[in-house]
Amino acid sequence: MTATAIQAAETASRPMDRSQALARLKFGDVVFRLMTQFSALLVLVLLLGVAVSLLIGSWPAFSTFGLDFFISDAWSPPKEHFGAAAAIYGTLVTSAIAMLIGVPVGVGVAVFLTELCPLSLRRPIGIAIELLAGIPSIIYGIWGVYYFKPVMQGYVQPFLIHTLGAIPGLGLLFAGPPLGYGVLTAGLVLAIMILPFVTAISRDVFETVPPVLKEAAYGVGSTTFEVVGAIVIPYTRVGVIGGVMLALGRALGETMAVTFVIGNATKISTSILAQGTTISAMIANQFADADPGLFTSSLLALGFILFIITFIVLAAARLMLARLEVKAGR
Amino acid sequence: MANALYSGRRRRNFIWTILAYAATAFGLSWLVVILATLIWNGAGGLSLDVFTKMTAPPGVVGGLLNSIVGSLIVTVMGVAIATPLGILAGTYLAEYGRHERLSIVIRFVNDILLSAPSIVVGLFVYQLCVVPFGHFSAIAGAVALAMIATPIIVRTTEDMLNLVPNTLREAASSMGMPRSLMIRQVAYRAARSGIVTGILLAVARMAGETAPLIFTELGNSLFSADPRGPMSSLPLIIYEFARSPYPEQQKLAWTGALIVTFAVLSLSILARVLSSSRGEAK
Repeated sequence: MTATAIQAAETASRPMDRSQALARLKFGDVVFRLMTQFSALLVLVLLLGVAVSLLIGSWPAFSTFGLDFFISDAWSPPKEHFGAAAAIYGTLVTSAIAMLIGVPVGVGVAVFLTELCPLSLRRPIGIAIELLAGIPSIIYGIWGVYYFKPVMQGYVQPFLIHTLGAIPGLGLLFAGPPLGYGVLTAGLVLAIMILPFVTAISRDVFETVPPVLKEAAYGVGSTTFEVVGAIVIPYTRVGVIGGVMLALGRALGETMAVTFVIGNATKISTSILAQGTTISAMIANQFADADPGLFTSSLLALGFILFIITFIVLAAARLMLARLEVKAGR
Repeated sequence: MANALYSGRRRRNFIWTILAYAATAFGLSWLVVILATLIWNGAGGLSLDVFTKMTAPPGVVGGLLNSIVGSLIVTVMGVAIATPLGILAGTYLAEYGRHERLSIVIRFVNDILLSAPSIVVGLFVYQLCVVPFGHFSAIAGAVALAMIATPIIVRTTEDMLNLVPNTLREAASSMGMPRSLMIRQVAYRAARSGIVTGILLAVARMAGETAPLIFTELGNSLFSADPRGPMSSLPLIIYEFARSPYPEQQKLAWTGALIVTFAVLSLSILARVLSSSRGEAK
């Protein structure tokens, strides 16, 4: 509209037309500004909407079961009794396994990319890792169930049962038959999935280290490892932790890959080889078949809990990354 | 003495270097393994039937036509919602409200939405678009996908507009150009390839998204182009067929997975080529 208005302004010969055209330009200006402002506010409203709608939907479950909803691990649709403990437990344990493996490896790849890698390989390897991040989670799921699960069942789990499972105490973690499906399998698939996120963010924050600092350390005779340990990581610590929290947010909410390999058993088990479930796997599995009423409400309540957990983790991650950006003067 | 210290430091450096190399080999090998299994299992099933026949019950030769069409329709609808919304919101953050306090909040919220679990987004859209109408619909699926895509577009639009030099804006304004016109004729043009990159990345994300579709779009074994009803989609059919006991359906799941992965990876590679050819973004 304003494009035609400016043409009108250009061709205008009489002062009357000119002021009309200017008025239309002004009007278009205000409309465009309001449209952008409205869209920006809509983003804010969306997040509030998510929180409010989930809270409303989950209210029947929270008011019926109260605190018991968080403590009980009984999940029985026929008896209409629901507890979230098993799902929350599974979510936390799978994410913990994923972080335990994904973070050191991911940071290791980032160290390789920024300090050791030949310049000509830096870009291709960086892109390859980013592509790993782009693969949809359903692909990890189908791959996990057809390839990763048999390997776990046939080799990794029997090995763990025979070695670590024989140690008193620690053996509790590795008890039970090698089923293939289970908490450990899901955690390992998650580890592969979060690895590229950890790498991408660590690499970006490692690159904020002023070269002068590193050169000074190399200049007094430090080895590469000493530069990384004494200069790069301390300088970027907040950013790396922020990136790790961001990856944790991913792991907590990851759905499809976990649904395929975790076994979907609503129980808490000391063994990480046992089948379990997570909040997101439970919602994905049961939501389409759930009866309206308490069952649906309980699943929405699970969603609300997941939302709150990830919100806290992601908010902390963003605050940490923002602190690093201030430090880097960006 | 000094020599022992020196060789100890070197040894430690050597061990950590090896570990960093090993980590990289470990990380890259998963990409190779996953792509190899996808091609190994999926390529064999690629035939004309896949693109011309509907999904079928076990025992009948079927294809993925309805799922492919359904995925395209829902993704296009999602992009049609998310693109204007994302670009306008990004414009506000970068141009009008760059230094306002509200923008800090919106930027923060957008970053949260950017990595919020997609299943939670699905639940929200279920409450918003399925419950009131009483039935699942492709429109609800498109809204869910749009909610996932919008934060990506907001973020890239803002970042790209921030890279536009202020002198360009000042030059346009000094000639008496209204601000909205300056933004659309000058700033958008300068940031165009970056914004398009953001949209492509958002489409790549949408194309593989499954979780929020389960209870918004539901899936449909028949051909349907009616956005008001349930519609089939590739990720949903992969989810269904991968758990099927019938080998022919499992095979179709792998073929579908190959198609989705190929689409997603080529979109993200295209986005990268586009952004690096102009040298605007990393």
